[in-house]
Amino acid sequence: MHNAEPLISVSGLRKTFGGIVATDGVDLEVRGGEIHAVIGPNGAGKTTLIAQISGALQPDSGVIRFAGREITDLPTYERARLGLARSFQITSIFHDMSVVDNVALAVQAQDGHSYRFWRPARTDPVLVDRAMDALARVGLDGRRDDNAGKISHGERRQLEIAMALAAGPSALLLDEPTAGMGREETARMVEIIRSLKDDHAILLIEHDMDAVFALADRITVLVYGRIIASGPPQTIRADDAVRKAYLGDEVSDHAEG
Amino acid sequence: MPIRLPSLRNGVMFAGLAGFALMPVFTGVTGQPYILDITMRMMCLAIAAVSLNLILGFGGMISFGHAAFIGIGAYAVGIPAYYGEYSGFLQIPLAVGVSALFALITGAICLRTRGVYFIMITLAFGQMVFFTFVSIEEYGGDDGLVIDTKSEFAGLIDIEEPLALYYLILVCLVAALYLVKRIVASRFGRVIQGSKSNDDRMQAIGFNTFRYRLTCYVIAGALCGLAGALLGNFTGFISPDMIDWTRSGELIFMVVLGGAGSLFGPVLGTVVFLVLEELLSALTIYWQIIFGPVLILVVLFGRGGIDGLLSRLANAQR
Ligand SMILES: Nc1ncnc2c1ncn2[C@@H]1O[C@H](COP(=O)(O)OP(=O)(O)OP(=O)(O)O)[C@@H](O)[C@H]1O
Ligand SMILES: [Mg+2]
Repeated sequence: MHNAEPLISVSGLRKTFGGIVATDGVDLEVRGGEIHAVIGPNGAGKTTLIAQISGALQPDSGVIRFAGREITDLPTYERARLGLARSFQITSIFHDMSVVDNVALAVQAQDGHSYRFWRPARTDPVLVDRAMDALARVGLDGRRDDNAGKISHGERRQLEIAMALAAGPSALLLDEPTAGMGREETARMVEIIRSLKDDHAILLIEHDMDAVFALADRITVLVYGRIIASGPPQTIRADDAVRKAYLGDEVSDHAEG
Repeated sequence: MPIRLPSLRNGVMFAGLAGFALMPVFTGVTGQPYILDITMRMMCLAIAAVSLNLILGFGGMISFGHAAFIGIGAYAVGIPAYYGEYSGFLQIPLAVGVSALFALITGAICLRTRGVYFIMITLAFGQMVFFTFVSIEEYGGDDGLVIDTKSEFAGLIDIEEPLALYYLILVCLVAALYLVKRIVASRFGRVIQGSKSNDDRMQAIGFNTFRYRLTCYVIAGALCGLAGALLGNFTGFISPDMIDWTRSGELIFMVVLGGAGSLFGPVLGTVVFLVLEELLSALTIYWQIIFGPVLILVVLFGRGGIDGLLSRLANAQR
């Protein structure tokens, strides 16, 4: 299942905002078929890390590779076209469009150029069918014609994922997909992410430790922009430094339960 | 917004266009040719407003320099005419082409910015065109230029005949509306609207939104250049006054008043704007003191302008 070559590889990544070192010499790899979780306290630099990998932020130094190719200087949209998709911690959708239109736009982004001025896009089966596939994968196909601004928070989080999926990416960068979700919704999201694991390399940022330990093949712990531990879940759970710095009692509870 | 017009809006659009089409019959019977003149000006400016709506209403690009394209279009008729070149087959493509080129060059700079900066820099480019024409003495400078002969179309149509010009402008207006309708619903149009809604997300899913927005800006500029060429032919006199920043402001008002991001809204906005201007200025010389606040109230409180009002009416009826 795990491919030998990492799909995403980050080395020596560094990013500062004024005096704050948000990313401090981060090295990290994600392989196909693998879920690599990044955890850490608020402000640890998790979102900043994803933003640099996706191209929304430019690192001060370091190298980012995707599928063996250096992408450090590529603009966001070109990385997306190579098969690197992201979801946002703060839901980022098109509020004034229908659910299916949101996803169809993501399909369109990967379906050649969009200098097509004449034929209506909303009835284009190429776009609609693939959008519906992506919606079905996250269980949102029943909401296709609802306004994206009007669906529930949990459903918007699912829409986020569907939009990332619609592009048919090989790697997913998921920034707290369960943020603000209830217990049931979180459980559903965990199942969705699990179902994506086989055909994607997934970098998962998550605060919900149950979700992390249920899903992750590898866990990296980030504190103040620096990696303090990285390894399989059992190792991380047992790591003293990690317990002290971040996990606290949460892990021992989990280990017992 | 996708073009799925409720019947009331559709009805208003067809009634409006039919009104334009029948206006010459009306004025012929009542013998008020000046109304025909007002309507022609109205339709020219409506084309300009429709073009501005494409970038402003659908693309979220609030250009405060759109009147520059009217000026470029008009001077593209006037300057060749000044040298005795009257062929419309040269003038019109020149108007459209130079406008498109100007949009391409300035858009490539303006579209690097957003929000207030975009407004200010488009304003600056508009004023640049204004002062350029003011400073060229050869073409009348401040005083402008008289176009003594209108564009000639090799005997195909003679627009020295007012009715012929009238219907040429109307056909252009209908074509502009149809063009915008198709563009907005197309893949290209979806990108433009997506970029207005959430540009970061558009880039994250793989769109180079800058290039699409620039293309849209060029299309709108070219279309407005056509409006300028028609307006120049109609007035027979062109001057930098057509490009003044207040003209650009008026275009924005027309679009917002009628309903930014709706297909026919800008036409309604133009009609209401010009009719109000006409009525109020006949009433008192201080008409602008009334007009200004009315416009500001509509912008602040009339969500979606006249078009928004219509769709609320249509919803209430159901
Ligand atoms: N655009 C920015 N400008 C200045 N400082 C920033 C910016 N973005 C992030 N930071 C700072 O960088 C640090 C890392 O922020 P980041 O959002 O990456 O943390 P995070 O791990 O995602 O936190 P959370 O768990 O709350 O989402 C924080 O101290 C934050 O204040
Ligand atoms: Mg974050």
